[in-house]
Amino acid sequence: MTKTHSDYRLSQLDQLEAESIHIFREVAAEFEKPVLMFSGGKDSIVMLRLAEKAFYPAKIPFPVLQVDTGLDFPEVLETRDRWVSRLGVKLVVASIDDAIASGVVVDDGKTSRNRLQIGTLLNAIEENGFTAAFGGGRRDEEKARAKERVYSHRDEFGQWDPKNQRPELWSLYNGRLHEGEHMRIFPISNWTELDIWDYIGREGIEIPSIYFSHQRSVFERDGMLMTETPLNPLRDGEVAAERTVRFRTCGDITLTGCVESTASNIPEIIEEVAAARLTERGATRGDDRFSEAAMEDRKKEGYF
Amino acid sequence: MSTATETNAPDVTTGMDLLRFATAGSVDDGKSTLIGRLLFDSKSIFADQLESVEATSSAKGHDYVDLSLLTDGLRSEREQGITIDVAYRYFATPNRKFIIADTPGHVQYTRNMVTGASTADLGLVLVDARNGLTEQSRRHAVLLSLLRVPHLVLCINKMDLVDYSQEVYERIHDEFTQFATKLSIPDLEVIPISALAGDNVVERSTNMDWYSGPTLMHHLEHVHVASDRDLVDVRFPVQYVVRPKSDEHHDYRGYAGQVAGGVLKPGDEVVVLPSGMTSKIAGIDLYDSEVDEAYPPMSVTVRLEDDVDVSRGDMIARVKNAPTPSQDIDAMICWMAPGTLKPRQKLAIKHTTRTGRALVKDIQYRLDVNTLHRDQDTKELGLNEIGRVQLRTTVPLLCDPYSKNRTTGSFILIDEATGVTVGAGMING
Ligand SMILES: Nc1nc2c(ncn2[C@@H]2O[C@H](COP(=O)(O)OP(=O)(O)O)[C@@H](O)[C@H]2O)c(=O)[nH]1
Ligand SMILES: [Mg+2]
Repeated sequence: MTKTHSDYRLSQLDQLEAESIHIFREVAAEFEKPVLMFSGGKDSIVMLRLAEKAFYPAKIPFPVLQVDTGLDFPEVLETRDRWVSRLGVKLVVASIDDAIASGVVVDDGKTSRNRLQIGTLLNAIEENGFTAAFGGGRRDEEKARAKERVYSHRDEFGQWDPKNQRPELWSLYNGRLHEGEHMRIFPISNWTELDIWDYIGREGIEIPSIYFSHQRSVFERDGMLMTETPLNPLRDGEVAAERTVRFRTCGDITLTGCVESTASNIPEIIEEVAAARLTERGATRGDDRFSEAAMEDRKKEGYF
Repeated sequence: MSTATETNAPDVTTGMDLLRFATAGSVDDGKSTLIGRLLFDSKSIFADQLESVEATSSAKGHDYVDLSLLTDGLRSEREQGITIDVAYRYFATPNRKFIIADTPGHVQYTRNMVTGASTADLGLVLVDARNGLTEQSRRHAVLLSLLRVPHLVLCINKMDLVDYSQEVYERIHDEFTQFATKLSIPDLEVIPISALAGDNVVERSTNMDWYSGPTLMHHLEHVHVASDRDLVDVRFPVQYVVRPKSDEHHDYRGYAGQVAGGVLKPGDEVVVLPSGMTSKIAGIDLYDSEVDEAYPPMSVTVRLEDDVDVSRGDMIARVKNAPTPSQDIDAMICWMAPGTLKPRQKLAIKHTTRTGRALVKDIQYRLDVNTLHRDQDTKELGLNEIGRVQLRTTVPLLCDPYSKNRTTGSFILIDEATGVTVGAGMING
């Protein structure tokens, strides 16, 4: 038997874990058809781990949904597949290419894949009749998220109405929905980036290798280091070179930048994160840098 | 392939404990500046956040960096320049992580403040030293006391604008202490600060030698919250029944939930409510290992020795110490929706993991949160109003007085037509 603390103290990481597990169980008990949105990134891996713990020794009682942008890092997809097969959960893939082919979203050549994700995701939620979708958003990530509820209501169009959020008190979550509406659930709302790394280290769980320092052919664009790939052709004046880098977030390979780093294990990453001067999104996400309200706008439309 | 398994990470944050606190203050008392300073001085602000705030400040023509922009998140709030919803902020010092619920001060946002205070261990009320206690600061203290936030800090801000005067501090201090005798505030600290200049926020002020108490940060780091939980009365609301039905765990049946009170141990004789069936705890599981005790706020799975019928909404308690199931509820309710709460109204109610319907039998009085006056003539509650209400529920609630247990003593009311959370209740007794 594991001995618990003799003074009945619970560390903050254990408290966060307990809170998240509580949320998973509430949702599984109260919603007809939940789904976990899994990007393969570190936050969604932590979510999956928490879900695993919440229902153990039973299997996770809902499927995992991934939006396949066609521009995902191969390392991320490999990690995803290993997690899915270890846990024996069902994987639903919603592909942007399929969505374009079937006319669910329109690729006008100007809209980024990131935006096409929104329509693809909402369509997958509707088609499958999912009533609750777990997302790995954290409130420390961004200003608009700082005010979002754990249970975040979406109307029939999948939209978030930040001015009309339901009050959320104690740990009493309100999951009432009307036909066609769904709930986004953010079980790791109160975790910070450092908590996530700490937990990954403590749990010893697998994350995609791109989070660790490696050699990569990269080029500079808008002050960020981008992966050289045929999916993202070099523009005039851009030159690719081998650098020692790692990623702080996993997203669309054409938009997600990396940072120069020699951090090759969790303690080194934690050290780096603790000393970092840029938020993970500000540093490496082209999609969030366009305006101060970029995230708020995308969230209203139904972004994760 | 690199995996985390290969390494042995140091527990940077694992050993830390957690303090959740809610802040309240009237507009312009300096709340956003104070929070900005706490984040800034604890190095929780990143360069890109600071740059974006600097850029916005200078675009607005300010000659200083407006740290309040760090917390005023939603676009409409930035446009109106006020905080209208609860925003959650995070920072950490080497021994503690802090979650701030930053709540708006206006009377029309009482519900937001109630929301932020519901989970807080500590409430921080800010007043402007030049104005002293206002109706708003009294209301903030009343709400924090009603929500049973166990620790309260009154920060007397802008001391730089009153020449760091001891006399001003003492006058506000005494006035507040006197007012607080009418409330339930187990622990009070009154700290003179300047959020803008930094006096007594993180660094001890050299301008107020007459003050010998702690700085705000020192107090936040050291205030003792572990004993605020009820570790005596076992309360385990069942959330979910775990039944793997796999070959490996064929006969496994566990009751998953988060401990709301007391310490559970294997071998304990327990009663399952409302059925009243008794059994013994066979084991307590936390993922793939067994623990020899479970206490708040752990999320665990409890197994019982006997095959009793247990489902979501039931509660596991000790045989000789269990709440009495009751369908008649006497509570303080904060009404959070447009429209009014009236007698004979029917609503959905959620209490721990139990959901039912509730009928409003009577509204005994409306509480004036500024004066504590009980208005017995008004038989309804409007938006942001608080009153004492009698309810009759369709299912028995397994509850305790809110003053004893904030988890088993609280509930929410939901409008059955719109699905919106319209009320927050705290059970009397
Ligand atoms: N002199 C002085 N001004 C302050 C202090 N704290 C805040 N202020 C100013 O008071 C104004 C209102 O502050 P703000 O933080 O936005 O208040 P909030 O409405 O409570 O969030 C701003 O102009 C601040 O610069 C202080 O300690 N001393
Ligand atoms: Mg403010």
